[in-house]
Amino acid sequence: MIFHMCLVGIGGFFGAICRYLITSYFQRILPRRIPLGTLAVNWIGSFLLGYLLGITEDNELTLLLGTGFMGAFTTFSTFNLETVKLLTSKEKTAGFIYIAITYTGGILLAFLGLVAGKIVKGV
Amino acid sequence: MTYVFIGSGGIVGSLLRYLISILNEFYFMQDVFPFGTLVANLTGAFLIGIFTRTFTENEKVNRTLVLSIGTGAIGSYTTMSTLSTETIRLIDHGELILAVLYIVISLIGGLAASWFGYFHTYRKVRI
Repeated sequence: MIFHMCLVGIGGFFGAICRYLITSYFQRILPRRIPLGTLAVNWIGSFLLGYLLGITEDNELTLLLGTGFMGAFTTFSTFNLETVKLLTSKEKTAGFIYIAITYTGGILLAFLGLVAGKIVKGV
Repeated sequence: MTYVFIGSGGIVGSLLRYLISILNEFYFMQDVFPFGTLVANLTGAFLIGIFTRTFTENEKVNRTLVLSIGTGAIGSYTTMSTLSTETIRLIDHGELILAVLYIVISLIGGLAASWFGYFHTYRKVRI
């Protein structure tokens, strides 16, 4: 139990820092109405978590990289707050587009990641 | 140094989410419906609303503390990657209705929670 908590904590530590680095990088380089940084981490994280679950069934590796790292790397809270801010401003269309591409892209990429992981595992 | 604070927030957020998922496995049936992620995501969406309005948008509050709790802890407490893979798993198990239900509740619930936290709760907890 304690060992498992350590794995999740270590993953979470690095996941949160990587998310911060990527989102602030996008904010600086590509400031857009739709927050591309949050979109990028959620898309990348969904693909990689799918890939991880496809390639391994190891419980400890899943806790470290999946529950810990990818869980902290991606975020649902910030995404919702950003969307609410868009929907309650003049940027309603951007808000709807943001919702649509986050969910459809995230689920599709998780599926592609899972398939890719299973293919690589099978090779 | 800011990174260490954000990472420390990340540890707290991830562990809380992990704890909820363990409780969920014991008391509910994780395999049928991912209540654990849903609870973490909806409460986190609500918390980030209150936190942003009360602390992040308050110039007097220390920036490192804001990043540590808002970006670090609350950001890591919620997750989009697990939501995506759990939806795929539900579809894969033939639970199409549950998959759609999961997305609809996350989508509407998440927006409602953030909206309520950001626009309506801050008055009561204003500092």
